[in-house]
Amino acid sequence: MKKEIRFSGFGGQGIILMGHILGKAAVLDDKDVTLTKSYGPEARGGACSTDIIVADSRINYPQVRRPDVLVSMSQSALDTYLPKLDDKGVLIIDTGLVDEPERGAIGLPATKIAVEELGLKMVANIVMLGYFAAKTGYVSREAMKEAIADLVPKGTEEKNIEAFAIGYSEGTSNSE
Amino acid sequence: MNLEKVKKVLGPKKQFIHGDTAVCYGALLAGCNFYGGYPITPASEIAEMMASLIPKVGGVNIQMEDELASIAAVIGASWTGAKAMTATSGPGFSLMQENIGFAYMTETPLVLANVQRSGPSTGQPTLGAEGDVMQSRYGSHGDYQAIALSPNTIQETVDLTIKAFNLSEKYRSPVFVMISADIGHMREKVVIPDEIELFERKKPDVPPEEYVPFGEGNYGNIKVPEFAAFGTGYHTYVTGLTHNEYGFPATDDQEDHDRLVRRQIEKITDDREELTDIEERNIEDADVVLLSYGLASRSALGAMSKGRDQGKKIGYLRLKTLWPFPNDPVKELSKKVDKIVVVEMNTGQLYHKVKEFADCEVVLSSKIGGEVHTPDEILKEV
Repeated sequence: MKKEIRFSGFGGQGIILMGHILGKAAVLDDKDVTLTKSYGPEARGGACSTDIIVADSRINYPQVRRPDVLVSMSQSALDTYLPKLDDKGVLIIDTGLVDEPERGAIGLPATKIAVEELGLKMVANIVMLGYFAAKTGYVSREAMKEAIADLVPKGTEEKNIEAFAIGYSEGTSNSE
Repeated sequence: MNLEKVKKVLGPKKQFIHGDTAVCYGALLAGCNFYGGYPITPASEIAEMMASLIPKVGGVNIQMEDELASIAAVIGASWTGAKAMTATSGPGFSLMQENIGFAYMTETPLVLANVQRSGPSTGQPTLGAEGDVMQSRYGSHGDYQAIALSPNTIQETVDLTIKAFNLSEKYRSPVFVMISADIGHMREKVVIPDEIELFERKKPDVPPEEYVPFGEGNYGNIKVPEFAAFGTGYHTYVTGLTHNEYGFPATDDQEDHDRLVRRQIEKITDDREELTDIEERNIEDADVVLLSYGLASRSALGAMSKGRDQGKKIGYLRLKTLWPFPNDPVKELSKKVDKIVVVEMNTGQLYHKVKEFADCEVVLSSKIGGEVHTPDEILKEV
């Protein structure tokens, strides 16, 4: 198994953190993993992405060329990165923020769920991560939870685990 | 240094960290207790992390006013007996060259991590390159022999930073850890080693009046004098001027200069074989070998696998030690293969060194601008 994943959105949504959590979880699952990120002069609001490769064996070339999975949490990120997605690749979007393109996509309104069900917009990325974990199964649910608890700001662990659980159950119930 | 204490500060045994952090981990595991630095992208995280971690192991961090002062502080700290380091990137590495020469001439152990970005000048601050290879060999003026290491994974960045400290202590020399910004900011799995072998600089075992600070050493077969730190009762005159064995300026004597500088070079080149650190794959039946180092070597490895799948007999040789250069292994390799492709993230630096020793065709696969070669780009040169 070797999968290339790109998380994208705008600066401030916690896109890099999503990659960090997934990578940490992969380490806990004893997989090989690399994380590279787009690191420009952009600040909050600019397009932002992080690339992760998860594999069972050693990863040589560490950069993502044709993602197997693209997660987009903003329209501009989708417009930027969709052309690079593999034709057979999986597109996951925040359906509340991003229009579904012609090729089709799966997803959930992660930001809306974060605001309405959890009362905290900033955990939208973790809701999305739960959905991603359920849909892909690249890393174990337990490892993801452990990585979240380790990497989110202290005092917010419980809220984030809850956000992950909601996203995860959306991902398992939504059979599309 | 208390290894268990350092491990406690570093946290879990298995981590998902980036290369800049890995430099800090390697340094602390090697017993580094002084960091003098000035932040610069993409090495700033090293300064930031050392400022937070080094006090926890009883060390000292100083943010200096610029790179000139940083390297000077590191040299001063080393002369008190500290294991001292700094980190920087291209523009800062340029600014440090004068005092790096001073460190060679005064035989001062220190480690410098250079997180390379595209140059010349301020270039592409946030993007990676491996274009400071020749600067790490010849950046300062005069005659000397550099030691430079080049890891290609985050784990190896930890391991080779530890090794850099050991070599700096053993040879009383600056040692460079050369990583690209891509390695600096890329995260991978790291396992903190259980046991670490450390080399500590030799101290004189003669009374102060019999101590010869810049003569040949009295241990092993290497030409490294014992090191008496300031404040230990020994009095050493430390100067960048040509000095005699007792450390006093001897600037107009050809023989004194010849003896001093040749000993300083030979203390390293005598051990060239031992310092050679290369990784080879599929050399046995290869027609073409991809010779690389650092981040570019990861693409070279990808290219080798892909080429082999297409039935091409491609081998791979990677330099973990860039300097001193592995003269003989490259010469030997060139007798077995038809062609060597040097894969590097610059317009051709180590390429020329390979040509100097290779008896076969040598071509360059070059990439600049902040991106590493794709495996397909390398295969075009095969």
